[in-house]
Amino acid sequence: MPDRYAPGDRVRTRTTDVDGHTRLPRYARGAVGVIVEPAGRHPLADERARGRACEPRTVYHVRFAASELFGSGEHSVVVELWEDYLEEAS
Amino acid sequence: MTGHASSRISADVRHVESLLEARGLLDPGEIDARIDEFAAGGTPANGARIVAHAWADAGFTERLLADANEAIREVGLSMAGGIQEQRLKVVANSESEHHVVVCTLCSCYPVALLGPSPTWYKSEAYRSRVVRDPRGVLREFGLELPETTAISVWDASAESRYLVLPRRPAGTAGLAEAELAALVTRKGLIGTASV
Repeated sequence: MPDRYAPGDRVRTRTTDVDGHTRLPRYARGAVGVIVEPAGRHPLADERARGRACEPRTVYHVRFAASELFGSGEHSVVVELWEDYLEEAS
Repeated sequence: MTGHASSRISADVRHVESLLEARGLLDPGEIDARIDEFAAGGTPANGARIVAHAWADAGFTERLLADANEAIREVGLSMAGGIQEQRLKVVANSESEHHVVVCTLCSCYPVALLGPSPTWYKSEAYRSRVVRDPRGVLREFGLELPETTAISVWDASAESRYLVLPRRPAGTAGLAEAELAALVTRKGLIGTASV
């Protein structure tokens, strides 16, 4: 399966608070960022933590402006996120 | 700070370990042996060697930034020491951008390459504060960056491990690679020091 996103694409992270393990940090939920590059393919950590079989899928480095995450700040934070956590942002 | 060995989580881990041993699922001491195996050869000197070679060879720097896993084989290192090869991502500091690495969710770190992470890297204070106020946290580490230098914080929230390639210090043109490597610190490789 090809990567759904390419470098430069704008994406929004999921807002749902999943019950149990996830690797979408709380501070990065519901935020719009830009794909830096793909970072390999791995089984989704959320599924693995629940002992479920899971096909590898693409993980990305996604860059967020601090102001988008925290409401202030000049820096940026690059978070490594599974494709499942992302949707296209307009 | 409470010592790691006496913490509640350590007691829980020892308890689970002894249950696994009692049920014959683990040999006594097997976990310690596997941890030692994983960390064997891991030391910040490896990272320093990578950095010094990158400073000395622009072609290597280019390959390192494009595909670190392949490039570090050129200096006899590998990320394949664990259960599976871990992806390594190297980010290069410049005059306009400084990088710093954190794992906000736990304490992911290139252990197989650099050895165990420093205690502060695993502290809640560092993990929660460096994403919010990296400039302030770096100042506390004694690193005052010019306002014109942008800061990028890399959160090791999934499967990659990270290494910062610091800027080569001025006045080091005549130094051999081994001398260059001696200038590189573990903090420099994480991004909490300039070199």
